Amino acid sequence: MKYTASIQGRGYAFADLKTLLAKASPLRSADELAGIAAESEEERAVAQRVLAEVPMCRFLEEPLIPPEEDEVSRLIFETHDNAAFAPISALTVGEFREWLLSDTTADEAIARIRTGLMPEMAAAVSKIMRNQDLIAVAKRCTVTTRFRNTIGLSGRLSTRLQPNHPADDPRGIAASILDGLLYGNGDAVIGINPATDSPKNVDTLLRLLDEIIVEHDIPTQSCVLAHVTTTMDLMRRGSPVDLVFQSIAGTEAANRSFGIDLSLLREAREMALSLKRGTLGDNLMYFETGQGSALSADAHHGIDAQTCEARAYAVARAFSPLLINTVVGFIGPEYLYDGKQIIRAGLEDHFCGKLLGLPMGCDVCYTNHAEADQNDMDNLITLLAVAGCTYIMGVPGADDVMLAYQSTSFHDALYLRKVLGLRPAPEFEEWLDRMGIFDGRNALSLGPMPPRLLNAMDALTEDSP
Amino acid sequence: MTDPWFALKRFTQARIGLGRAGHAVPTEALLDFQLAHAQARDAVHFPWDIEGFAESLREMGEDCLILRTPIRSRAEYLRRPDRGRVLDSDSRTRLDDMDGGGMDVALIVTNGLSSTAVERHGLPLLEAVIGRYRSRRIQVGPISLVENGRVALSDEIGFALGARVAVIVVGERPGLSAADSLGIYFAYAPRPGNSDAQRNCISNIRPPEGLSYEAAAAKLLYLTEEAMRRRLSGVALKDELDTVLPPSPEPLGLKK
Repeated sequence: MKYTASIQGRGYAFADLKTLLAKASPLRSADELAGIAAESEEERAVAQRVLAEVPMCRFLEEPLIPPEEDEVSRLIFETHDNAAFAPISALTVGEFREWLLSDTTADEAIARIRTGLMPEMAAAVSKIMRNQDLIAVAKRCTVTTRFRNTIGLSGRLSTRLQPNHPADDPRGIAASILDGLLYGNGDAVIGINPATDSPKNVDTLLRLLDEIIVEHDIPTQSCVLAHVTTTMDLMRRGSPVDLVFQSIAGTEAANRSFGIDLSLLREAREMALSLKRGTLGDNLMYFETGQGSALSADAHHGIDAQTCEARAYAVARAFSPLLINTVVGFIGPEYLYDGKQIIRAGLEDHFCGKLLGLPMGCDVCYTNHAEADQNDMDNLITLLAVAGCTYIMGVPGADDVMLAYQSTSFHDALYLRKVLGLRPAPEFEEWLDRMGIFDGRNALSLGPMPPRLLNAMDALTEDSP
Repeated sequence: MTDPWFALKRFTQARIGLGRAGHAVPTEALLDFQLAHAQARDAVHFPWDIEGFAESLREMGEDCLILRTPIRSRAEYLRRPDRGRVLDSDSRTRLDDMDGGGMDVALIVTNGLSSTAVERHGLPLLEAVIGRYRSRRIQVGPISLVENGRVALSDEIGFALGARVAVIVVGERPGLSAADSLGIYFAYAPRPGNSDAQRNCISNIRPPEGLSYEAAAAKLLYLTEEAMRRRLSGVALKDELDTVLPPSPEPLGLKK
C-alpha cells in the first residue's frame, strides 16, 4: 500500500505504516530525538489525513516489527481476535474515530471489540483525535478489576498511596502511609518504590505494609516496586507479596533492557496466584509504562513513542493486571518537553489503555528539568478525572523525596472528589467511613482523629529514640 | 486546619501533616512548594566548576582527566541525551592514546542534572570510594571528569580505558527537598551498546538525610568484588550485601 498525498502541488510520500504513524503524531520531543517526527506542521497534518484513509485491516497486513523478530509483535498477532474485530474490520482509521464517538455505538459495543483491537490501531486513531475526543471515548470504557477491593467502577477514582523515603526508613515510610490514609488515599495500592532493590530491604518493606493492612483491616493491597526477579525471589522465601510489579515496554528489546521477557512475567504471575492472597479477585499484576522508554533503551525500531507505548499495553493485558499506569512526565524533557506535551500524552495513554481494556491509571507528573509545573498537573488530573481515569498517585504534598519528581498529592484527590463527586473504591470508602476518616459524604470528616490510627501514631512516636 | 498528626513530620522530609483549607493545602504549604520548585529549577541550570573540582582532586593526590562530550550548552544537554552518552573526538583520541593496562575500575564523574550535588558531595564520596578500593588492592585509574554527561558515557570511557568495571558518579535530577543527590551507576565489562539491565545503581547519596558516603562506598566495593568474581553485573547481580533474612520479622511501624 502506498501512503501518499498531494497538497497544493506539494507531494508527500510516507515510506511505510510506521513512518506514517510517526509523522502523524502530535509533536513531542521523543520523536524529534529519534529523528522520526514530521518536519513541518503541514507534513504532520497531511500524514494525519493519509492515516485517516488507512483501512483498519491494514494493521494486520503490515506488522510494524516482523513477528519473527519480536515477541511483543508475536503476542499481538497471536492474541488478535478476528471475531471481535469484525464490526470494525471494514472501517478506515478516520471512520473508526467516528464509530467510537457515535451515539449509535453502544458502550458495550466498544467493550466487545477490545480483543479485536491491536494496540497500533488504538494508537493510530488517537493520533487523529482531539483531546476532547480522547476524554469522551475513554469515559465510555469501564474496566473493573479486583484483588481485595473493586477498582474502576463508574463514578469512582482510586489512588495509589506512594510513601517513598530516600533511605527506605520504615518509620518514615509508616509516617507517610498514616498521613495518606488519614487523607483517604490508598485504595488502588499502597505502593513503595524502594531506594534499594536488595531482597532484605524489600522484604522488610513488604512486611511493614502487610502488618499495617492486616492490623487495621484495610481493604487494599500492597506492593513494593522492586524488579520482578527480586519479587519472585522473595515469594520463594515466603515474603507477603500481594501485587507483582514490573516496568514494561512495547518491544522485546526494550523489555530485555529492563531484564524481563514475557515468559518471566508469566512465571511471576503464576507464582503470585499460587499464594492466593486476593480475597475478591485474582488481578495481581501491577505495571508501569511511559512514552519514550523504548527509545531510551534504543529499542524502538523506528516506531514513534506513543505507538510503542500502546504496544506495552498489549503486554500488560496478557497478564490481567489489577493496575497499570503511565508515568507520563517522569523520564524528562527529551521525551515530553513541556506541560502541553505531557497533558496530551497522558490523555493518549489513558485513552489507548482503556480502549484496549486495561485498568488505566496515570502518574500525572513532571521533573524539574521539564518546562512544566503544578498548574499543568492540575489541568491533567482534572481532564483525566473527567475521562474516568482509574487512579492517580497520592504523594505527600506531591513531592516524592525519593524519586525526585513531582506527582499528585493526597489533597489533589480530595479536590477531584469535591469538584467531580468521584468516590474511592466502595470497600475502601466503607472503611474510611467506619474509621471516621471520611464523613459518609465522600469528604474528610471534621471530627477528631480516628482512635485506632491515633494509637498507631502514638506507637510510632513513643518508640522513637 | 492543622493535622493532629503533625508530630510525625520528624520521621521523614516528605511533606506530611501539611494541614488543609477545605480539601486544599494551606497557603503556607502552597508557597513553600512554589519556592522549592523555583530553587530546583535554578539548580538544573547551575554550572559546574569542573576545573576547580579537578584542582581539589589533585590536591588530594588523585590523577584526573577532563574529558568532553559534544554537548555545548545546558539546553542542548536537556534535549539531546544521545550526545551526552559519547565523547567528542578530541577526548576520544586522548583516551585511545592512553594505556589503561591493568586497571580494574574506571572512575568517572559528571554533573548530570545537578551540579549542586557534585559540588557538595562529590569529593568526600570519591575519597570514601577510593579508600575502600585501595584497602582491597583494587586498581583505580585516573578519574575522568566530564561535564554534561549521561550514565551510558561510562561504557565508552570504561571500554576505551580497558577497565574491568566502570563506575560513574552522577548528579541526580533535583527534587524539591533534595537538589543535591548523587547516584552511582556500575557496570562490569563496560562497552558501548551495553544496556541498563547490565548496570547496578546506588542512589540518593546525600548525607545526612540520604545514604552516607561510607555506606555507598561499602556497597560499591561489594558490587565490584562480586562482579569481578562472577563476571557479570546488573539484574543478575543482586545486592545481597545483607541477604540473610531475619528468621522472624522485627515488629515495625503501626501498632494498635
